[in-house]
Amino acid sequence: MRKVPALILLAVLLAFPLVVRDHYYQHLMILVLMWVVIGSGWNIIAGYTGQVSFGDAAFFGTGAYTAGLFASKLGISPWWGMVFGGVTAMAVAFPFGWITFRLRGAYFALATLALNEVMRHVATIWESLTDGMVGILIIQTFVSKVPYYYIALGLAVVSVLSIQIIMGSRWGYYFLSIREDQDAAESLGVDTHYYKMVSLNVAAFLTGMAGALFMNYMGFIDPEVVFSLHDISIMAILVGIVGGVGTIYGPVVGAFVMVAVHEFFRTGFFGFFKGLAAITGSDAINVFARYVSQAHVLGFGILVVLVILLLPNGIVGDWNKIVSKLSPFKK
Amino acid sequence: MSFFEVQHLVKYFGGLAAVNDVSFEVKQGEIFGLIGPNGSGKTTMFNMISSYHHPTSGGVFFKDREITGLKTYKICHLGVARTFQVVKPLGRMTVEDNVIAAAFSRVKSKHQARDVALEILDFCGLAHRKDVLAKSLSIGERKRLEITRAMATRPQLLLLDETAAGLNPAEVDQAIELIKKIRENGTTIIIVEHIMKVIMTISDRIHAINFGQTIAEGNPQEVANNKKVIEAYLGEEYAQD
Repeated sequence: MRKVPALILLAVLLAFPLVVRDHYYQHLMILVLMWVVIGSGWNIIAGYTGQVSFGDAAFFGTGAYTAGLFASKLGISPWWGMVFGGVTAMAVAFPFGWITFRLRGAYFALATLALNEVMRHVATIWESLTDGMVGILIIQTFVSKVPYYYIALGLAVVSVLSIQIIMGSRWGYYFLSIREDQDAAESLGVDTHYYKMVSLNVAAFLTGMAGALFMNYMGFIDPEVVFSLHDISIMAILVGIVGGVGTIYGPVVGAFVMVAVHEFFRTGFFGFFKGLAAITGSDAINVFARYVSQAHVLGFGILVVLVILLLPNGIVGDWNKIVSKLSPFKK
Repeated sequence: MSFFEVQHLVKYFGGLAAVNDVSFEVKQGEIFGLIGPNGSGKTTMFNMISSYHHPTSGGVFFKDREITGLKTYKICHLGVARTFQVVKPLGRMTVEDNVIAAAFSRVKSKHQARDVALEILDFCGLAHRKDVLAKSLSIGERKRLEITRAMATRPQLLLLDETAAGLNPAEVDQAIELIKKIRENGTTIIIVEHIMKVIMTISDRIHAINFGQTIAEGNPQEVANNKKVIEAYLGEEYAQD
């Protein structure tokens, strides 16, 4: 029975680009699907294994740069980056996890934050390899958005399914037991250091692939974009928290909501202020509109506060609560 | 061959000797009691056996193999399981999932792990609570879950750290029954316990420590009458013979 809504959602997503021809909405949906992948990756390490990451951009950017450098330096199709981007992200995750998983709780989270910044600086300073702030520009493979859409959809489906499979297996039980109590997990025969590494590497692989997809789709990256703390790392956390930490479909719902919220701010409340400025002819409103569109990080902050206060388990985690609050037939 | 042995274990925390030169041997199939007043080093002993702490010196041997300083999870795989005095339920998992996670230490597939879990839950009398979250159990049930989880790792040696503490008299009797049942099943047990009713009725032999040092060892009757033990528990004036 639980499969029915998922299959309906999949059917709608499959039909979407055939029905909606507007490039703008197709673009947004590609971003949503990309965030499903990143959110799922964050969810497995932070939501299920309890090792909160503030540095997903390190893996995202590594994947994006892998795809970009394949094309710009080696002349290989950037699509190879989809596989190797995941692998290079794991190559970053492996030594990082090996060292920092000796830290627990907030200290690990701080280390991931540092990794984010380290990778951003490496990409900025190592100009002979990355061209620094100039960034990497590649020729996109497709003109139409539809192929990208289906590739993103495929990646999103694979990541949701693989998390579903992992969480039903021994790995999943071990991840959860590490989240709940590391000492207890050790006493039950769980090699906690090893399984935290497994979890981080799965997350890094998914996030790296999403990064490579981003490179292929956007055609241009620079360190500020793909290693961005607030646009990638914090956004990944928000997708997880808003959707529901430690739920399979949390990142799916979270990605929809967060891309919409992001867009809401970027466009100045969907052009509301621009329209208002045009009607009233007021320059002040025009200026205000510009500030609003730059204030999305502030908006994110407010959203997080609201979600934590009202829906601490996220939209999926607190779904029954939402239904009973909104239901007109209250008992 | 000796089944389980600790030799001259010493543990210093800074300048304090929590355990100072304790040795004992446990025979296969027995229930071995470890007693001593608060702070005498019993839990530190357990923590050294299961490798949460590394001893300052001395060794732990299981089936003639030195296990001192091995990783905690490896000691579990070798067949030594423990419970915690301060219970550590995996709170946001169901009771069944708690036990399945433990069962995975012996079997590979989810199907087998569930079978093992259901069997052990039944054996330990927690089957009726299997679908509730571990955090919603009462303290008595949590103590029982600790034992159930430890048993799901199929141990040959089980370390029980104050499993009867905080239980009501009826639950204490149930705990005694369970521990006896586990021993009949062929598992050797080392038990730390303050409740004398428990330790005196089920132990084959008892080892008493105070201030980290051995003060007596023998069968329950011998230990209960030992002058040093009475002194440690009741004070010097009661220790006249």
